[in-house]
This record gives sequence, C-alpha cells and structure tokens, in this order.
Amino acid sequence: MSGATGYAAVMARRAAIMRASVGIDYDRYRTGALAFDYERLLADTGYGIESARAVQAATGVGATPLLELHHLTALVRAVAAPGKGARLFLKDEARNPSGSFKDRRASLSVHEAKRRGYPGVAAATSGNYGAAVASQAAKLGLPCIVVQEAFDSRGIAQPEIAEKTRACEAYGAEVIRLSVGPELFYVFLRVLEETGFFNASLYTPYSIVGIETLGYELALQALDACGRFPDVVIATHAGGGNVTGTARGLRGAGATETEIVAASVDLAGLHMASDRDFNRKSFTTGHTGFSMPFTTWPDRADVPRNAARPLRYLDRFVTVTQGEVFYATELLAQLEGLERGPAGNTSLAAALAIARELDRDRVVVVQETEYTGAGKHPIAQLNLAQSLGIEVRRGDPRENRPGERIVIPERPGQIAARAVDLDRVRRSYLRHALESLPEGAVLEAADYAFLVEETRSSRAYVEEIVHGLQGTRG
Amino acid sequence: MTGTVAAGSWVEIGAVVLAPGERAPQVPEDTRAVPLELRAKGVLAAPARIGERAEIRTAAGRRLAGTLVAVNPAYGHGFGAPVPALADVGREARALLKRAADAGGREDDP
Repeated sequence: MSGATGYAAVMARRAAIMRASVGIDYDRYRTGALAFDYERLLADTGYGIESARAVQAATGVGATPLLELHHLTALVRAVAAPGKGARLFLKDEARNPSGSFKDRRASLSVHEAKRRGYPGVAAATSGNYGAAVASQAAKLGLPCIVVQEAFDSRGIAQPEIAEKTRACEAYGAEVIRLSVGPELFYVFLRVLEETGFFNASLYTPYSIVGIETLGYELALQALDACGRFPDVVIATHAGGGNVTGTARGLRGAGATETEIVAASVDLAGLHMASDRDFNRKSFTTGHTGFSMPFTTWPDRADVPRNAARPLRYLDRFVTVTQGEVFYATELLAQLEGLERGPAGNTSLAAALAIARELDRDRVVVVQETEYTGAGKHPIAQLNLAQSLGIEVRRGDPRENRPGERIVIPERPGQIAARAVDLDRVRRSYLRHALESLPEGAVLEAADYAFLVEETRSSRAYVEEIVHGLQGTRG
Repeated sequence: MTGTVAAGSWVEIGAVVLAPGERAPQVPEDTRAVPLELRAKGVLAAPARIGERAEIRTAAGRRLAGTLVAVNPAYGHGFGAPVPALADVGREARALLKRAADAGGREDDP
C-alpha cells in the first residue's frame, strides 16, 4: 500500500489503511443504511470475560483491589442529611502494570497483534493508553509507536502528556510528539501505512471487551464485601470506552440493576482543537471536550465503527468542575492515603456529591484510579494554569470558569454532580445519525431498531425526533 | 552550541508536517495560523549540527529525517511549588471529621 503522502491523498486512503491495520472488515456488520450488528462485532473478537481475564492475568493486568473509603464516607456523612451518605468504594486501577485501567484496553489488542503476526503496534493517544500499549508491547516483544498531541505552538508541553511521553519511552516505544490539531490522525495514518503495524485503537472491540473485566470484577468484589451488587457505579467519561466496557462487565456478572453514572470534567467554552486553549484545560482526559462529542456521535473515532457506545448504557451523565476534581484528589491523598492522578478522580468528585444524597446502606463504587507523578499531578497543572494567567483560588465551585478561573471548594458539601440532560444528548445523537445517512438513503426497519438500542428509547421516541429533524432539513 | 554532534548520540529532531496554509479545513483560526509541528527522538545516524538536517533511527527502528533540535533532551516536567489553594484542604477535612465524630457523626453547619 502506498501513494501520495499529502493530507488529502492520505485521508482518502483512510478506509483501506484502517481495514489493514485493525484486521476487521466493518462492512460485514452492516445491517441497514445506518445500522450494524454491534453485538456480533464484539462477539467476533472471540473473547468473553473469562478468556479476556486469562489473557490479562498473563501480563499481570487486572484483579485490582476494591478499597472501602472509610474516611471519605465519614466525611460525606458529616455533611449529609441525617441517615444519608452511602458507603464509598474505589477500584484501585492504578495498581495495573502501567498504572491505569488502560492496561485492560491494551492487553487484548497487543495480544491480537502478536497472534496475527503484525510487525508492531501503534496507537494515537496522549493519555495513559499510550503507556499501556507500550507496556504490553514491551512484554510481548513487539515494537511500538505512540503518536501524541503534546505541545502548543509556543513549544509548551502539557505536563501530564510530557509524563506520558516519558513513560512510553521508558517502555521502549517510539513517541511522535505533535503540536495541536486534529491532523494528528493524518500523521497516524501515515505511520500505519508505512509500518504495517496493528492499530491498537481505543475504539476497537478488543479494547472494549478488555474493559468488561473491570465491571465484572468490581461487581463480584462488591458482592463479596457488602453482600450486594453496587447500587451505583461512577465512571470517568471521555471517549466512552470506560463506561461501555464497565457497564457490559457489570451485566455479565449479573449486576443488572446497578445504576451507571458517567462523570466528566466540565470544560465548556474551551475549544479542543485550539492551539490557544490546549494548555488552558488543566485536564487531558475525562472531560466534556471528549465526552460530549463521543456520546452524541461515537463514530467520529479512528475506526469506522466505534465499539464504545456510551449512550446504550448510561443511566446518568454528570459534570464536575476542575476545582472539584483537584479538591477530591487532595482529599483522597490526605484522608485515605492514596495519592492518585487527578483525571481519574473525576468520578470520585462526582461520587462525593452523589453518595451524599443516598441512604447509608447504599454502595457507591468509583471504578478507577490512575498513577500519579511528575506532571501528572494537581500541583503541576495548577502551576501551569497560573503561569498562563488563570486564577486559582478557594471559593464556591460554581464560580469555576474553564480557562479563566479554577476554584477549589471550601467545603466538601459544595461539591455537586451537575446533571447533563440525556434527552438533549439523545436528540443530538439522532441528528448526527441522520447527517451520516448516505445521500438518497432512507431509514429501514433495521435502522429504527438500531437507533432505539443506541438511544435506549422507544420506536415512538426515535420516530418523533427523526421526523421532526427530517421536517426541518427538508 | 556550535559543535558537531556525533553519530550514535541520542537526539531529538523537529519537522513541520503541515504549513499554516495546509491545515485541515475544520481547525479553528488560531490553530490554522501556525504549522503542525512534529518532534521525535532517536539515535543520530550521521554527524550533524544543531539546526541542520539530520536523520535518526527511532526506538521502533524507523528512519526519520528533520532538523536537529536537541542532544540528549531532558524530561523537564515536574511539580513546581506547592499551590497555596490546596495547602489547607487536608487539615480542614481532618478537623471536620473530628468535629463530626465529637458531635456523633454529623457536622451541624456543613
């Protein structure tokens, strides 16, 4: 496979490069103008929860402890109404080999790359996932290339990504660092085309099945510790894989009544492709800059059909502020003796608010932590923010303004989990779905059934919105 | 630094992938005004000077060419000074827990 290397020429070869690099012919799963067989796509990985666990155990991935947060529970109860304040638990995913739950996502992909004889693996990611793929590649003896969006036009690196560069290089990977922009995907395609490496995308079915073990483990651990499945599981939400895989794993364990809550850091007002805004976010993941676009249209990913489809699983979607997450990170270190990276504590911040409203016998599980260290720490982020003129102070978290002011709460009772209107999210999803409909195509019965599953709604709901949108389009 | 860097040194190269006029149509104005830049590290293939064209062999075994920008580049990220806005969070929370414990589990004025 070769050809011109200009932007338009490479992007035009995107489908062929993807098919070769993930080894999945996504067209096989098409069942309508929009619809595809999602369950068959996942089943065709050949992995179930037990076989995924076996692959993960071989490299020390998974089987992380579920820790009860006694002091944080007491803190929540201290500021809750009488009788309120659920038991808080934390799945300590930082204890995976490269320090995050991303090892679960990387393990099956790298295992498959090796099994199918690819000469190496590549991933487009600025986050923990790069370190996870690099770690798994090191273990399996495959070369690895990680492509990161890492620095702005002034050459200032986002400190958390600088740490991820170091971690990937520590595991022996080649790291391609880029300045800000979505054309990272173009560079990634060129890498795949040149090397013939496996695309260890975050959004393949292997990646999602790899996370199912997390939901499965925590369901059984909660059952063991509390005599019941979790009442609520809160997942930090970005591209949708964490929510999707965890929810599927919970169902696989029989925890069908558990409420699935997605939590994101609110970065409203900051543009994800802006060179100026890049270093003003103070978070590299777990934020609305990813979760909103990926929930309302998952198929914007680097594979034709995203196996992370969060809207199918979400019961609630909430946001927290940057300051609330830094505050929660500090509380976790100081009261529970667990110093963990900030972005993974997005769900913890939401949990401190959600547990406050629930009865004391309820069980709330925060389903991940991530490692912390140089750059990947509230102090590093807040120092960078201040150097860019962003105000950092104590106060009411409602005064937090992304890119302008980070407000660290004064009291735990101020932390709030602000609801995202899922009806609006569903309508936005359906609008994107219609926009993706090929010219001249019409929705068939299979498409309506698919859209009902995608939005966890009813035929009447989908029809009403679709007809309304088609009316306004015509 | 004006000297020649020896072949075999661990170095970093830089390159412009897309000039401002070649950026993707969907990028915002501030991003479109600057080039898409690349940095990569590897072993220098032949002697070169900083600012000159150089070729490297990367950790994954690829040959990449660009402008030599650094020799044995440092990891400069760290923590920085403690941030005053976080300094009292732990102490306050422990005091709140103690008051609540003394009052039978609940803080009266949350």
